[in-house]
Amino acid sequence: MEMRNLEELFQQKIDQEVKIEPKDWMPDAYRKTNIRQISQHAHSEIVGMLPEGNWISRAPSLKRKAILIAKVQDEAGHGLYLYAAAETLGQSREQMINDLHSGKAKYSSIFNYPTLTWADMGAVGWLVDGAAIMNQVMLTRTSYGPYARAMVRICKEESFHQRQGFETLLVLSKGSEAQRALCQDAINRWWWPSLMMFGPRDSESTNSDMSMKWKIKRKTNDELRQQFVDMIAEQVKLLGMTLPDPNLRWNESRNHCDFGEINWDEFWQVVKGNGPCNKERLEARKKAWEDGAWVREAAQAHANKQRTRNKAA
Amino acid sequence: MQQALFDYTLYLADSALILGQRNSAWCGHGPILEQDIAITNITLDLIGQSRSLYQYAAQLKGGDATEDSLAYLRNEREYKNCLLAERPNGDWGQTILRQFLFSCFQRELYTQLTKEKDSTLAAIATKSLKEVNYHCRWSGEWVLRLGDGTAESHTRLATALENLWPYTGELFKGVEYELALGMDPASLYTPWLSAVQSTFEEATLSLAPVASCFMQLGGKTGIHTEELGYILADLQYMQRAYPGCDW
Repeated sequence: MEMRNLEELFQQKIDQEVKIEPKDWMPDAYRKTNIRQISQHAHSEIVGMLPEGNWISRAPSLKRKAILIAKVQDEAGHGLYLYAAAETLGQSREQMINDLHSGKAKYSSIFNYPTLTWADMGAVGWLVDGAAIMNQVMLTRTSYGPYARAMVRICKEESFHQRQGFETLLVLSKGSEAQRALCQDAINRWWWPSLMMFGPRDSESTNSDMSMKWKIKRKTNDELRQQFVDMIAEQVKLLGMTLPDPNLRWNESRNHCDFGEINWDEFWQVVKGNGPCNKERLEARKKAWEDGAWVREAAQAHANKQRTRNKAA
Repeated sequence: MQQALFDYTLYLADSALILGQRNSAWCGHGPILEQDIAITNITLDLIGQSRSLYQYAAQLKGGDATEDSLAYLRNEREYKNCLLAERPNGDWGQTILRQFLFSCFQRELYTQLTKEKDSTLAAIATKSLKEVNYHCRWSGEWVLRLGDGTAESHTRLATALENLWPYTGELFKGVEYELALGMDPASLYTPWLSAVQSTFEEATLSLAPVASCFMQLGGKTGIHTEELGYILADLQYMQRAYPGCDW
């Protein structure tokens, strides 16, 4: 069949909401965009383990410790499904990890911010996972089948994490004066970086048009960001805390919250590698991988020996 | 309150918690994603066991004691964990071997505890034993991979054995509260050694270099290595910095 027909058929499927599956024909750019996006998403889950992992040893109660460990472990599980989903497009996990370590592949910039106090465990769950969910709920309907199915499972766990994060903050908000101060401080520090998670403004986003046409994405960055602001502006009232934006107010005519301007210079600096923890995060991942090299080699050598022994037997 | 039972329960709880605390440092830093998840499961099991045990100890103590007051507000000399649990993570080989030696011991101990007349300890042991059997299997498989794998992995595992073996003697040396309860662990040594040896043989790991090493004692009676102070400083930081808060 001619390329043109293949492309038409492909677009027809997309338009009719038929999922694209690994063995189906797809345009190269569709494959590449999905590999880029899914692997970047996988890397974000794995790098995202680091800022929260930072508080595992110091969690303030045994229950909180167990919850936090289980949560960070869930992120590892998400990374695993996502690497597997990207592998169905013909990219090996090892190659994806190499691309992360060389700086060729990106991960979500939010994880380049530090977790300075225990309250950050609540703020990260509520705001960061909350922002991620906006995107992820949309992705449960993305056009590439393995990605969409991975997202269904991930979303269930993420929305649980968001509630846990909120509950962590709720306890702080009802606690001592020092606890309430921790809570407000964490919200102040995580609010703007969370808004940046939705990416550049629609007018500046380079990958958006084709992604919308191919239904990889179904809502624009600005639409999702607005939805998030509207949701959080309500939820923060339950905590009796405030969001650090003097321009935040309900706009009756738009039926949405107005909000202030994101510091785009900071956004691009963090994307370019100049955020507070970019170096530490990447170094930690590289160290884990390099320190683990002899372990992976040993497991492989043992498996090879076993195979030879079994054949001989 | 029955002091010996309380101390004994704390010994079990502290050992599980401190090893869990140690293992938890691997979360996000494991050699491969699947194993990062696996060791984190074991961490969660150990912390879960410690919680059940602390809750029981708190009940024995009465008053306003809770699982958290016991875990977070006792000092170095009051902790009763075995020394093995507090040894540093080192490399993956040392972490694996520490888990294997400990889990094989826990398997013998908990098997015995399931027959114990104290029904709470027996119930906790019965529940935990399912987990411990998996810990033995998982860590045993890794001992085999590392012992049999490459020259480097074999050497690393042998080094870990030299580092850790001196802390195994304590497990089988009864202290006052164990003896008072009629829980002399000496009888667990033979089945433990036989299980350990059988995996070591398969992994071509020799016990000869450590056969006559001098055994370190003290953890169970609160005389620890220098490691514990730092572990508790980390573990207890929030409760010490913000006393009397709910979290």
